[in-house]
Amino acid sequence: MSDITEDTVRHLASLARIALTPEEVTRLTGELVAITAAVESVNRVATPDVPATSHPIPMENVWRDDVVADQLTIEESLSGAPDHDGSRFRVTAILGEEQ
Amino acid sequence: MSDLIRLTAAEQAGLLASRGISSVELTKAHLDRIAEIDGDLGAFLHVSADALTVADEIDAARANGVELHPLAGVPIAVKDVLATTDMPATAGSKILEGWISPYDATPVARLRAARMVLLGKTNMDEFAMGSSTEHSAYGITRNSWDRTRIPGGSGGGSAAAVGAFEAPVALGSDTGGSIRQPAALTGTVGMKPTYGGVSRYGAIALASSLDQVGPVSRTVLDSALVHDIIGGHDHHDSTSIPEAWPSFAEAARRGARGDSLKGLRVGVIKELDTDGIQAGVLARFHETIRALADEGAEIVEVSTPNFEYAVAAYYLILTAEASSNLAKFDSVRFGLRVTPSGSPTVEDVMSATREAGFGDEAKRRIILGTYALSAGYYDAYYGSAQKVRTLIQRDFAAAFANVDVLVSPTAPTTAWELGAKLADPLAMWLSDITTIPVNMAGIPGISIPIGLADEDNLPVGLQIMAPAREDARLYEVGAAIEALLDAKRGAAFSTLTPNYVGGGK
Repeated sequence: MSDITEDTVRHLASLARIALTPEEVTRLTGELVAITAAVESVNRVATPDVPATSHPIPMENVWRDDVVADQLTIEESLSGAPDHDGSRFRVTAILGEEQ
Repeated sequence: MSDLIRLTAAEQAGLLASRGISSVELTKAHLDRIAEIDGDLGAFLHVSADALTVADEIDAARANGVELHPLAGVPIAVKDVLATTDMPATAGSKILEGWISPYDATPVARLRAARMVLLGKTNMDEFAMGSSTEHSAYGITRNSWDRTRIPGGSGGGSAAAVGAFEAPVALGSDTGGSIRQPAALTGTVGMKPTYGGVSRYGAIALASSLDQVGPVSRTVLDSALVHDIIGGHDHHDSTSIPEAWPSFAEAARRGARGDSLKGLRVGVIKELDTDGIQAGVLARFHETIRALADEGAEIVEVSTPNFEYAVAAYYLILTAEASSNLAKFDSVRFGLRVTPSGSPTVEDVMSATREAGFGDEAKRRIILGTYALSAGYYDAYYGSAQKVRTLIQRDFAAAFANVDVLVSPTAPTTAWELGAKLADPLAMWLSDITTIPVNMAGIPGISIPIGLADEDNLPVGLQIMAPAREDARLYEVGAAIEALLDAKRGAAFSTLTPNYVGGGK
């Protein structure tokens, strides 16, 4: 009952920002069809009267005082970056030429 | 092989305290073992260059009469999912190759505060996605019992390191069984604490509502000792439980000493005691249940009808959360950057980086998670999976109304041959059917070795489960069963381990 096609996978890959190769798109399409068929079973018991659980141990909102705590310095934050200018991460153009 | 490395962490700690050995001597014995066999075993991705220096500092402190934690000077290995300031943390992925964190993960910081000696970082499936450690970008880890077999996963490195006496204890992380299943397949002990029992700060996230850090060891007491160090509230992790915990080591010692099994109500989960389990695994499981009954435990069969849907729901929740967590690997703040030719936009760079940096299993799960969260499918997939989660919690609640602990085989099979399930992702996913419900409910679970399967002479694990926050009960009962089986065997389980023969590095 799956409606997954190669176009679906290409769209998902663009949402997920992964430049899949055509071979990967073909393979993942087949796998996704099989996997979604296998996970469909959750709908057999997930009836409207069952509440959803997002978090295994229920907790109230957690608050702390609004003060500067033991945060990373700018140098520490930049220490693993592929490129930076000493105070900011550096990236290529945000917009393409046609945009 | 030095006899020192065959000792438990508790025994090593005792010898350090009585000055029978130095931490330098002990650390060197483990580093020698790693040098001797790890080129073939492949448990470590990185061996610390500082271990002997740290050990020497601890010896000096002890000589100067400084009051030290009981485990100070005992070596430990750390799964590569945990951030460390002095060693890379790659989570088994190319996208984080060589990355060194500006801060320590809280469990690591607590090990350092207790002055344990970090030996190195252990191999794992990429971002903890896998059940065999064959999805690491840095190569496979072999099983310490049989070099042609997988060590389980995702924490195969930590389990194999402890099983092959490269380290007495290690840290792992468990999202759907990644501590317990490798423990079962390598004849070691592995504990997944209650969700929130150990801080996840600095643990590279797979699925935030399921992930939990925990100990790996060769005895129940050793896991308890490490859990006492790493556990407890951390203001850096708002999901860590604020209440204080009892001493897990004391619980384990109580279990090993006394008559904890008499009158204990043990629930056997019917749905995990089926023909789908390997015959030799089932035989050891039933034999252990009979031994518990002989000790005065009350054995009760319980039914958990919704476990049937657990694996399906788990893979929807896990992939949804993973696709979101792994969005942070964007080529901007840390890790790999691949810049295509021409004048690429930041989006082009991101897409090329993630294509080059993620392995097949990571891509498969990110794409499935993106699908499960996309408009029009969210209710049918992610929403329904969260409802199944409620049903699984209800199954556990109903079962625990009548029993103190639940038991099952930790894994449906013993360790399989390298490569056997690589071509079939769904078959690989089903190998976690016994451990996944525990993560879905957030409860604690421990695996302890109970014997060898007749058909292949490979280790079999018993999984023990307790209600949330009852981690101490697992250490007490686990240690009691361990003591019972050790007495019957006349020796600790680890004495059965064949000597690992393989090349060094």
